This record gives sequence, structure tokens and C-alpha cells, in this order.
Amino acid sequence: MHAETKPTDHKAAALAAFKDLQREPGVTKPDPILVVDNVVRRFGGLTAVDVKHVEIQRGSITALIGPNGAGKTTFFNQLTGFDTADAGEWTFNGSRMNGVAAHKVARSGMVRTFQLTKALSKLTVIENMRLGAQNQKGESFFRALLPSSWRAQEDEITARADELLARFKLDAKREDFAGSLSGGQRKLLEMARALMVRPELVMLDEPMAGVNPALTQSLLGHVKDLREQGMTVLFVEHDMDMVRDISDWVIVMAQGTVIAEGPPDTIMSDARVIDAYLGAHHDAPLSEEELEEQLQEAEAALEAEVEEEAGK
Amino acid sequence: MDWFNIMVTTVEAAVGVETVFYMLAAIGINLHFGYTGLLNFGQAAFLGVAAYGLAVTVVTIGLPFWVGIGIGLASVILLALLLGIPTLRLRADYLAIVTIAAAEIVRLIFRSVTFKDYFGGSDGRYGFSEGFFAMNPFSKGEYGIGPFTFNERVTWVLLIGWILVGLSCLVIYMLMKSPWGRVLKAIREDEEAVRALGKNVFSYKMQSLILGGLIGSFGGYIYALGYASVQPDAFSTELTFYAYTIVILGGAARVFGPVVGSMIFWVLLVFIGNLLNELIEAQYITWMSVNQIGAFRFMLVGLGLVLLLVFRPQGIFGDKREIALDAR
Repeated sequence: MHAETKPTDHKAAALAAFKDLQREPGVTKPDPILVVDNVVRRFGGLTAVDVKHVEIQRGSITALIGPNGAGKTTFFNQLTGFDTADAGEWTFNGSRMNGVAAHKVARSGMVRTFQLTKALSKLTVIENMRLGAQNQKGESFFRALLPSSWRAQEDEITARADELLARFKLDAKREDFAGSLSGGQRKLLEMARALMVRPELVMLDEPMAGVNPALTQSLLGHVKDLREQGMTVLFVEHDMDMVRDISDWVIVMAQGTVIAEGPPDTIMSDARVIDAYLGAHHDAPLSEEELEEQLQEAEAALEAEVEEEAGK
Repeated sequence: MDWFNIMVTTVEAAVGVETVFYMLAAIGINLHFGYTGLLNFGQAAFLGVAAYGLAVTVVTIGLPFWVGIGIGLASVILLALLLGIPTLRLRADYLAIVTIAAAEIVRLIFRSVTFKDYFGGSDGRYGFSEGFFAMNPFSKGEYGIGPFTFNERVTWVLLIGWILVGLSCLVIYMLMKSPWGRVLKAIREDEEAVRALGKNVFSYKMQSLILGGLIGSFGGYIYALGYASVQPDAFSTELTFYAYTIVILGGAARVFGPVVGSMIFWVLLVFIGNLLNELIEAQYITWMSVNQIGAFRFMLVGLGLVLLLVFRPQGIFGDKREIALDAR
């Protein structure tokens, strides 16, 4: 069912699109679905996000990686309307999306999932799925009181939901409360529910977090499936194996900015990326002199400690 | 001891005006709190505004009864918008703070000396219910079964009251079976997830606030007509908290939860009150006086609520998997 190792048309197309690109932050893509310019988000004195320019290629799987606190989730929140950016503009499919409310962003075809899974645990699995469908007649107050006006549409929605549940192997859990699912199954449900919206761009915030290894392969397969069905995927992830396995292009963030872009097989050898990851727990040295200075400081501190030890 | 009298008043309390009035207030709360997760602590204001809308229109302005009902309902919608627009975008607890304060503001305006000419101060308003009783199909007399009887006016109020309860329950039942209700229940659990699926959460919360307020306002009318008067202190925060007790007792997020909750609440309250009264008069209890019964039985309500939250947080009909107040 899943597109396994065999490269498919969609994968080939995505790889071809990236083939001749420069490996520079903010590089222009041939057919971007999402174009972001100068997005800034500050929390008090801390600048959490400061992205100059980034483009997401249509029909590809793009990974957004970076050390903890790099601003990846905050960036996601800005783009999807869950948090208000201090400045910046971005377009999705050519239409402006900055300042647009979260529910309207979702309706326009840009649907996200959450780092901490938001399966609605007190609704059944099938009700979770039905909730995702758009333009439901029965969701308007007065029509809700006339079941005949929405019954037929509800049946269609249910049929589509059942199809997706079967694909995600959740059909056996159909009538269970979502709260009774395992962590991995919740991730699957959240992804399936997002597909009920019929998105063009699926944004997954750490789809692998808390998923047991048995489900990992299945989840990876589902993400690849999204591309096969013509959707664009942007995901945040820490698991480098997963990033290497499924992404066509990788964007690296550190301290709120995009520091590097490139294909997954070479990105981890990029000097800026190594700096960002290894320097994440210290003040990253900006220049050679600074690095030298930090080393000397560390040496001095060590010597002082040794002397103190000797003095006792 | 007059056991017969205790039994009659207790049974009458199960269907009486007070029970119906609280029932309607609680059905509204159940929509807000039980289904949508909105902490509306100002339900008393919705009842008060409706009742006063009717009373002031008829008594102060001199317009007909139905105009009064219309103005009352319009005022309720206006109040819901006023409360909702600034707070429904914020976290749930802000709505609680704002609604409880707004309800007190409304009550204090009704009883203020400045507006005595309009609202009648602490005496309230009366003499607005002729239009309603002119429609009374029951001729003078007592109606009921055996010893349980009501006079023609109370019977008429109760008939309308129970019809309103029936209609409200039907509407809630149909809504909660529909996709509209599904969105509401989803909002109760996690607004952000619902927003991420393209639903306008603010709009749904507003619709819920308005509808629950309108159902509550029916209770305001039943009170006003049942007692043929309105006083500001009838719409104090106490009313709201009894309504919450009723919802929790019956089971939140259950269509008939508030109905059964209100009946049990008032049956118990009336039974305990009457029993204590008889016991004191018969000298079986000497450590308290008849005047203290009122306060004492509400202490028992508090105790009962605590026990309920500890031992059965989902109420009588509630489903623990769906909604339970986390008391532990």
C-alpha cells in the first residue's frame, strides 16, 4: 500500500525540483506553495522567530529541523494563525495569510497537527473524523434542527471517514473514545482527521514524538502517502533517521532564524548546522577569535578548580 | 407531627413553580457548561434581564404583554453579546469572572435608588401579568390529582412552564445529535484542535451563550409570572450556584440531567425544611429555632454537593468517560 523504497513519480518530481537549487537559506523554489517574508515574533526581549525568507516547494516533503528552542513550533504557530506575528507577510497559494484567523487558514487548505496530540479524547474516533469535514450543513444552528437537511451529507462524510480509518488501520477502534487510543494511534487519528479537511499543505508538528517503534514505519508510510496523493508536507522533527528517510528537502532553524537549507543526505555535514547543534548548550561562538576566547576561559576555569582541589 | 402535610408539599415541590424556574435556568447552564465548557456564572443576570424586560415594558412604559416578552428576549441576546464579545476569545476563566461581576452589576442597577422610577428599587415591580392571565384557559378553581392541587393561576403558569421545559429539552436533544452539537462538544475539550479543523470557535461559543441565556430567560418569565412580581434579590448569584448544583446533581451534558436534578434538589430542600419545621414545633428538636431552618438546609445543600463531587462527580445520569468534574 505504501510507496516503499521504489521512487515514484511524485517523489521523482519533488527531487527533480530540488536538484539544481543552491544550498542557501531562503533559496527560491521552482513552484512554491508557501512563501514567507520577514516573519518576526518576540516574547518580551527574546526574539523567538526572525525568518527573512523561506519557500516551500509544492508537492514535496520538507523537514524543518533545529535544536530545542530554535523557534520551529513558534514559526508553525505564526503561519497557521495560532499566534500573532509582530511583523511579516506570507502567502499560501498566492493569497495573503498573515493576520488571518486560524480557522480560516485551515479552511484555505493549510492544516496542521500539534506536538502534543490533540485527539479529542471524549469524542469517539469516528466523531473525531467527522468533525474534520468542511462545509457541513448541520453545523449551522438552524439547519442542525432539521436532520433531513444534513443527513445525506453526514452519510457521505461518514463513508469518507471510514475509508480513511481503514487506510490508517483505525477502523477497529471506530466506536471507541479517542482517549482509549495509544499515543501512536492518536497521532494517526490526528493525521487522518486533518485529511478530512482536504488540505493542500499538511503541517505536522513532531509526528514521531512519543510513537512506539512498531508504529513508526506505518506513520512514515502515511506521510509519504500524502505526497503521493499530491499534497505538500511540512514537518518539524527531531528524529534525524526519519528526516533522512522521508524528506526531499530540509530547512534548518536555530535561534529563530533559518540558517541552512539543503537535501537531507548532505545537510547534516553543513558547518552551520553542526555549529547550531553542538553549540546549542553554550553560547555559540560567532568567530574563530571568540571560539579561542571561550576555550581559554574554559581552561582557566579548569585550572582554578584543580588548584582549589590541591589547596585543600 | 403532620406527615400528610409534609408529603403533600414535598410532592408539589417536584413540579412546582420554583422547580420549573430553576430547571430552565439549569438547562441553559447545562448548554453553557455541560456541552460547551463555558463557565457562565452570571445566569441570574439572563433571568433577571428577561423578567425585568417584561415588567418594565408593561408597568413603566405601559406596552402590552407580548411586547414585554419580546423586549425581554432582545435584552437577553444583547446581554449575551455584551458579555461574549470581549471575553469569549479569552480563556474560560475570564468569562467566569466577567459574568459573575456582570450579574451583580445588573442586580444592583435593578435595586438602585437612582433608577427606582424604572425598576422599582428593592421592592421591584408587580402588576404586569394581567395580559398573561387573561389568556388563562383554566376557570377559577383547584386543579390536580387527589390531595395535590394548584389554583387556576399556578396551574396555567405550570402548564406553560412545563411546555417550555419540554421544548428546551427537545431543542437541546436535537442539537446535540447534530453536527452543530459535535462542534460544541469538541470545543469543550480542546478549542485549538477545533480551530485547526477550520471551525469558527468564537461564533459557536457565542451561539451557545445566547441560546443558553434564552432558555434561562424562560425561567425568568416563569418566576415573574408565577409570583406576579419581580424583585432584584431574586436574581442574585445564589440562583446561579443553585442552578450549577442542579446541573451537577442531575449530570452535566445529559438532556434530562437538569430536569431530574431540579426535581430532586427542590424535593429534598422542601422535605428537609418541612421535616425540621415539624420536628421543632413538636419539640423533638430544641437546639434550633424555626427561623434557622432556612440557613441550616442550605448548609446541608453545601454538604450534599461536596459529597456528590467526591463520590459521584458525573452526577446521576452523567457518563464519567464523557464529563466529570475533577474533584480529586
